[in-house]
Amino acid sequence: MDQLERDLLNNLQGGFPICAHPFQVLAERLGYSEDVLIEGVQQLIAKGYISRFGPLFNTEKLGGAVSLAAMAVPPERFDAVADQVNSFEEVAHNYERDDRLNMWFVVLVSDEIALANVLAEISRETGLEVLNFPKEQEYFLELKLEVPE
Amino acid sequence: MNNPVPVPELDEIDEALIRATQSGLPITSTPYGDIGLGIGLSPDEVEQRLQRMLDIGVIRRIGIIPNHYQFGYRANGMSVWDIDDDRIDEMGETIGALDFVSHCYRRPRHLPEWPFNLFAMVHGTSRDIVEAHVAEIRKILGDTVHDHRILYSRRILKKTGLRWRKSKERKCCE
Repeated sequence: MDQLERDLLNNLQGGFPICAHPFQVLAERLGYSEDVLIEGVQQLIAKGYISRFGPLFNTEKLGGAVSLAAMAVPPERFDAVADQVNSFEEVAHNYERDDRLNMWFVVLVSDEIALANVLAEISRETGLEVLNFPKEQEYFLELKLEVPE
Repeated sequence: MNNPVPVPELDEIDEALIRATQSGLPITSTPYGDIGLGIGLSPDEVEQRLQRMLDIGVIRRIGIIPNHYQFGYRANGMSVWDIDDDRIDEMGETIGALDFVSHCYRRPRHLPEWPFNLFAMVHGTSRDIVEAHVAEIRKILGDTVHDHRILYSRRILKKTGLRWRKSKERKCCE
């Protein structure tokens, strides 16, 4: 990773200017040319250092409902239940974790009623209890990645 | 229970703009102008609407989203904590501000099986580092914490990005 890539990563995790020529503004601030910055961001994506460049939306403020749910799935049924749960398009993420509650998934839907319906449906299809862990309070500060010299 | 989140007023043009940008901005000299071309908006209007969404918190931030895995952050543990209810917000703020914690939330207990009410996702380059971070959290929490556990992920079973659709569309399909 070169100095340009480090500078981009350390300075561009937020605050991308909203104006006609944002890379130009940024170029003056960071001491590079506009073209170099544009190519730098393209390179970061190509090399897999960044997954995306653009706005990060707050899903809930878009009017959706999100929750984390968990199930204790008997080991012999685990893969079959994973297929059942993953077949719901409302299930955005699903992780196997090493606990009695061994399946943890995030449900993303349009509203609270739809959320309750999806969880009930998953429980009915799998015959397993689904524990709902809706977020009650967010202490959100994201992962502050810093790339040292 | 769950805090209802007031839904800010977003009109159809905002929705078109969200759809056009949710997988990213064009990496060009004029990204906002280029987005506008695709959906029939002037650069000024794109900028004003994005600025408003940023101001009201619909957009958390605009920039690069690092791929932590690529930086060697391959271990992550979901640490869960049983904390005194009257101290949890104060503790949650403190833990959420640690630089190795990404998501930090208060969630309901499910007694007796699940006494934990604070969830903090801890990241590190190895399990040993994750465990050292969890020990540090344990120390900070002091006598406000009664029990804790780390749930490591064994496998990603599914992972998709934001697939936002407006509620009107959803309702007509149900």
